[in-house]
This record gives sequence, structure tokens and C-alpha cells, in this order.
Amino acid sequence: MTTHSRRLAAHEITVSFDGTPVLTDVSLHIARGETVGLRGASGSGKSTLARVLALLHRPDRGHVSLDGQPIAGARHQVAPRIRTRVALLFQSPRAAADPRFRLIDVIAEPLRALGTDRDEARRRARELADLVGLTADLLDRRPHAVSDGQLQRACLARALAQQPDYLLCDEATAMLDASTQAQVAAVIMSYQRERDAGVLLISHDQALLDRWADRVVDIAAGRIMAPAER
Amino acid sequence: MTGTVTEATSPAAATATVSDDRHRVLRVDGLTVRFRLRDALVHAVTDLRLTLRRGELLAVVGESGCGKSVLAHTLLGLLPRNATVSGHAYLQVSPDADPVDLIHCGERRLAREVRGRQLGLIPQSPATALTPVRTGRRLLEETLRAHGHSREQAAAQAEQLAVDVGLNPHDLDRYPFELSGGMAQRLATALALASDPAVLIADEPTTGLDRSLVDHTLDLLRRRCDAGHAVLLITHDLSAARRVADTVAVMYASRIVERQPADQFFSAPAHPYSAALLDALPDRKFQPIPGHPPMLTALPAGCAYAPRCPLAIDRCGALPADRIVDAGTVACHRPRGASA
Repeated sequence: MTTHSRRLAAHEITVSFDGTPVLTDVSLHIARGETVGLRGASGSGKSTLARVLALLHRPDRGHVSLDGQPIAGARHQVAPRIRTRVALLFQSPRAAADPRFRLIDVIAEPLRALGTDRDEARRRARELADLVGLTADLLDRRPHAVSDGQLQRACLARALAQQPDYLLCDEATAMLDASTQAQVAAVIMSYQRERDAGVLLISHDQALLDRWADRVVDIAAGRIMAPAER
Repeated sequence: MTGTVTEATSPAAATATVSDDRHRVLRVDGLTVRFRLRDALVHAVTDLRLTLRRGELLAVVGESGCGKSVLAHTLLGLLPRNATVSGHAYLQVSPDADPVDLIHCGERRLAREVRGRQLGLIPQSPATALTPVRTGRRLLEETLRAHGHSREQAAAQAEQLAVDVGLNPHDLDRYPFELSGGMAQRLATALALASDPAVLIADEPTTGLDRSLVDHTLDLLRRRCDAGHAVLLITHDLSAARRVADTVAVMYASRIVERQPADQFFSAPAHPYSAALLDALPDRKFQPIPGHPPMLTALPAGCAYAPRCPLAIDRCGALPADRIVDAGTVACHRPRGASA
């Protein structure tokens, strides 16, 4: 059994946009070391839930807790030491990476934001790039000059730079070809083992969920469906 | 191999050509596309041959950046100015019609007779392909009217097309920027179907769709083929190809390296690259292919896959010619299932 002290949890979250309910009373937790699959149709609220868990969106009701401690306030109000423990990897790296940055700085930026000096941040960024399988010659390029697969690997390196305890992957491998998907998954799994990290895997690829997730939660029209497994 | 091996040079292919001639809608022969950059030459498509028959759904699969989308844009005459194209691509929409060579017929003819009429395209990123200043309904009705429907017919047909692609007809009154990625994708699909083209090129038509809509779109393409049309499906999604394709062509570093009936491809691929790509699937070994695909600006002289291939031998330093394996072709010195 997991103890309540080592998990990221959403408690009775309700969110609406312009009066339209997107999430209604949603509770979900991810324990350290565990991979939770989240499955649902488009518009069911999967991405909003991930944004709430990453503290990027403040729910209308309910709260997020980390290792049993409720987190109050929006992301910028939360101490960096706490908020960096949760990282979010988006579906489209094109929309996530700043087009003006070279890949090395895409990866190094979060470290700089945490106060690491420039040379040290870049040194760490090179190590991370190597970890996700990006060759050194790519690091001086800007996003438009690399492929989707290469850019998504840079975004993964960026997410891992802050050494999160929880990694939320929002369809992070859906647009990648089979080989790149397997490679990105292998990097995340190995990080997960090493760090004992919790992973939320939002996907509608049943084969991927079967392969990777310890349990799968279904969401429909903003509500969690009754558990189908275990 | 620098000269082109045409289909007629192999006896088996020659027989196939004669019997299938009447059903052939597209024949691409020796198609080569290069892009000139300031300091490099991009080998985007090299000596590519393929045929598409009435009723056939051909899936072109491969890693990102292997040249799949350039193939689509070449057939439609949508390449930028720094591109050079050689070879032929004959489109023959009915058995009695004269084939049109898409590469050499000129922009005027492409624009008036071919593009969006006989040869449709579902583009890869609909968000950038749709004009933001017209609603979905206006876009569809405008297109239908350009293809000879009356005002009333166009209005009715627009609603029908929306239903066919799984779009709520009410959403047709929104502007493209008000649509989600998946809705824009479905609108782009409806627009491509408006002219009922003999050949439809679908370039990653399921990007941004959830599973049920992916299946809906794929089944729609399948039904078009069952009704006698032809579809060229360009995708990185092997499970999409497995669901609907009759034939699979695998592209690697600008060339088609294997072409097989879909069942054969998924059960016993002949090219080591095809086998490695299938092994990367989560319901198989979930193992990435070691190494990286080569840069299209610096392709090796021989087989481009040799540096990553576990079976590579000295001979792989020379370019392999297409050979016949089972019911397909493979460009490899050491294909699986070959008696050599």
C-alpha cells in the first residue's frame, strides 16, 4: 500500500471555463514510483487536470496536495522548492519551446530560473541532452531547425532538469514515430526508476497504456469513471 | 545503382503491370526531389517508384523527416522554389483517360484540372491550411459550388460532409480559429472530400484526434477505397496503417525501402529497418532503433540504413537494387525471407 505521505494528489477539483464545467469533483493521486494512465475522449478534461496538478491552473474548488501537504495559491505563489517537484511535458513541443532559444537554452532555462549560473546550467543541459539522446551538434540549433522528435527530447530534458519527483506526460509521445516514442519512453522509465518518480501518462494509445501504466483511470465529461481494474 | 530499374525489367512486375493496367490511377517512376540550401543539398526523395490502384489504400510509413510529406507536396505541385524535381508521376483517373504527368504538365493544368479536383489533399496541419476569415460552412459551400453544385445542393452537401467526418453541423458556423485541433482536422478532411477526388492524399490525417475519431477517420478513408477510389495515406502511426491499409510502403532516408501487402508487412517484414520499426511498437518489444537516421544533406553512398543495421556486411556499402520478396519489393542486400 502507498502511504499518503509520498504522493501528488488532486482533491475534489472543479473547474469551469466561461460557465462550462470542465472538471467536476475530480480526485486522483499519483504515488512515487507509480505510473498512472489517464484515458478519455478529447474535451473530457484530461489536459486541464494535468494543468491543475502542475499548478498551472487554479481550480474553482478543491485543492492539490504534495506528500500530504495542501498547496495553496497559483504556481508563482508557491515556493520554487515545492513547485519544481512537479513537471509537465506537453503534446506539442512546437508550442512548448520558445522559438528564439537555442536547444541548449531551452533545456538550461529552468536551471537558470532557479539561480544556477550560466556555465553550470549549460554544463548540466549538455548532460541532460546526452541522457535523452540528443547529439551535441543539435544543441546550437533553434526549434525550427530540428524535427518534432528532436524537439520533444529537448523538452523532456528541460522537464528533467529540475529533477521532478512527479512527471506529467500529456500525450507526450503521440506525435512521435514508433522508434522515437520507444526511446523517449525508455528515458522516462529509467529516470522514474532512478528517482522513484511518479508518472501520469495521458494517452489514448491502449498498447502504450498496457505496456507502461500500473493502473489506468478513465475520465469522461470531466468526471472520473469507476475504476475498471484491480 | 544509379540507373533506374523500371518495373518492366523484372518479369514478375511486367506481368502485374499488364493485368493491373486498367486499375492503375497513379504511377510514380524515378521521382527525385532535391532542395538547394545556401550550403547544402537536401536529398528529400530519391528514385521513388510506386503504383496506386483503384480501390487501394496505400500507407507510406517511416520516421519523421524521411521525406514522406515532400512526396505528397511534389505530387500536388506545392514545392517551394528551391526544389528541383525529376522523374514522372502519371495520374490516370479513368481507364480511358490519357494519363497526366504531374511533374511535367505545368502549373496551369495542375491548378485547373488536378489539384483539389482529381487529386485531393488532407493537409498535415489544418490550423495553418484553413483561412481564418471564413466559417467552416462558407469554406465548404464555396468549395462545393466551385465543383458545380447549385447553391441548394452545396448547402445540403456541406451538412452531409460534416456528418461524414464526425463534425457537428452546428460547428460549421465557427471560424477555424474557434475550432479545436481535432475539429479543424475534420473540417480539412471534409474540404478534401468535397470534390470527390479519384485519388486522395491524406498527410497525417489523424493528428490531434482521440482514438474514436482516429478510427472514424480511418474507416472513412477505407470506405472510399471500398467504393473504388484510391487513398495514399502518409502516417507515422503504424497502428493506423495496420487498421486500414492494403499495402504498406516504408520510407527511409528519402527512398522507399520496402513495399508489401499490409498483412505480409506486419507479420513478416523483409527489410531489417521495417522489422526494427515494428519492434519499437509498445505491443511488441518497445525497443527504439539504435542510432539516428542520417541527415538528408549527407546520405551515405550505399544503403542508408547500414550504419544502424545489425545485419550489415561489406556489400551494404553499395546501394541495393529493388528485389522481389513474396508479393512485394525490398531494397536490401540481406532481406529476411530471401533465399540468398
